[in-house]
Amino acid sequence: MELVTPDWGLVAWTTLAFLLLLFLLAKFAWKPIMGAIDDRERFIEDALLKAEAAKEEMSRLTNENEVLLKQARAERDLILSEAKKIKEQIIADAKEAAHKEGARQIELARVEINNQKAIAMADVKNQVATLSIQVAEKILQNQLKDQQKQDELVAQLLKEVKL
Amino acid sequence: MYLSHILNSKKIALSVILGVFLTFCTCKTFAIQHEEAHEAAAEAGHEKAEFDPSETILEHIGDSHYFHIGGHVAFALPVILYTDKGLETFSSSVFEHGHAAYQGKYYKYALVKDKVKAVTGEDKQIDQTASVYDFSITRNVISLWMSVLMLLVIFLSVASSYKKRTGKAPKGFQSVIEPDILFIRDDVAMPNIGYKYARFMPLLLTMFFFILINNLIGMVPFFPGGSNLTGNIAVTFVLAVVVLIVVNVNGNKYYWKHIFAPDVPFWLYPIMWIVELAGIISKPFALMVRLFANIMAGHVIVIALISLIFIFKTLAIAPVSIAFTLFIDVLELLVAFLQAFIFTMLTALFIGSAVEEHHH
Repeated sequence: MELVTPDWGLVAWTTLAFLLLLFLLAKFAWKPIMGAIDDRERFIEDALLKAEAAKEEMSRLTNENEVLLKQARAERDLILSEAKKIKEQIIADAKEAAHKEGARQIELARVEINNQKAIAMADVKNQVATLSIQVAEKILQNQLKDQQKQDELVAQLLKEVKL
Repeated sequence: MYLSHILNSKKIALSVILGVFLTFCTCKTFAIQHEEAHEAAAEAGHEKAEFDPSETILEHIGDSHYFHIGGHVAFALPVILYTDKGLETFSSSVFEHGHAAYQGKYYKYALVKDKVKAVTGEDKQIDQTASVYDFSITRNVISLWMSVLMLLVIFLSVASSYKKRTGKAPKGFQSVIEPDILFIRDDVAMPNIGYKYARFMPLLLTMFFFILINNLIGMVPFFPGGSNLTGNIAVTFVLAVVVLIVVNVNGNKYYWKHIFAPDVPFWLYPIMWIVELAGIISKPFALMVRLFANIMAGHVIVIALISLIFIFKTLAIAPVSIAFTLFIDVLELLVAFLQAFIFTMLTALFIGSAVEEHHH
């Protein structure tokens, strides 16, 4: 019975000590400790959320990059094929132009040649005429050196002339 | 570096306070001679002083006005009495380990079954006319103060390391304490109390660690242990009263409606009131008895097992006795944690039922 009868002195001391302990620990230990734990938990949760968001952002960026890359590739192919077409066009055009120019040049050359030929021919003709006249002159001079021949000629010429 | 400085200053403070305690106490090494002389006299008178295990057990699990250190060395502790005539203070060394009576200012006192009583005459008859309240610094009070001091040193240093390492992972002793705190919060307070748990955390944490450290100190058989604080009904009584007050002060309208206007026919109300009021009392009462009985029983078993050696008066029984004591000690280690947990857990449960929003 003695064992289960509270000793009032000890009750008083325990009450005092426990309440004092409760007060001191609540004020100087539990408050900062719980505060620090809560802060840390919030920080960790925040960090995890941020990491998740960063991961999503990352995958989004990767997808975007892939799309962009695909687009870029397609564009490049398009540009290349266009360039090829243009090149062929240019080559064809150039060939044609060269052809035309060549033809024109040839034509011009021919005209020039003809001109030169005509000039040369005229020259030759002149030369020939001059030479012929000189030859004729010399022949005439030779033939008309003596009086007889001159008379003969006149006679002949007179014969020819029919009145 | 700074932290160790703080710890050092706390160690200094601790030793200073311990020193102050000890100056109040007078170490009675000379009591040895007296004791031996008495035993010699007793042996001369009777055949041989018979070993009484139940007396030994009661002496060990009860409170004492001496703090036994070992062998015949014991501290005499201050006696503080509040009598109907006034306050009396003296050292318990005047009782000479219960053999002598002491004439105080107002009454004559003697130790009767380890308790200070006012007595009349030489034959130590208890004086029924005197009302004497004993507020002595007993062994349990010293142990109580030491445990409070230990808790303060531990948790204030942990709190300071939390302040210094804001936002960082716990380190050192902090990482021993943090899982316990989180356990109380996540597995005891939150599921039982609900979202209003934060207000009750200081009480639950203080209760848990107070009970735990006193259970553990109680398991140490020598100084600074040797006391049986949580196995003392006065201590568990105070804890239970704290629970009673906290639960009923925080009871909301649903809680009180459940007690005074439950969903039964009105003519049953008087019976229900009696039942519910008994319930209010019986819940903390069960807490009080559970903790007290568990811890006390552990101490009783350990001392009984050790007593076997003296009952059989042979050393041959010692190995058996020690083996069983070791087993019980390991069990008691479990019980120390378990009882601290159960007490805190049930407190949280009672608080939870008082602050619950929707009562069916």
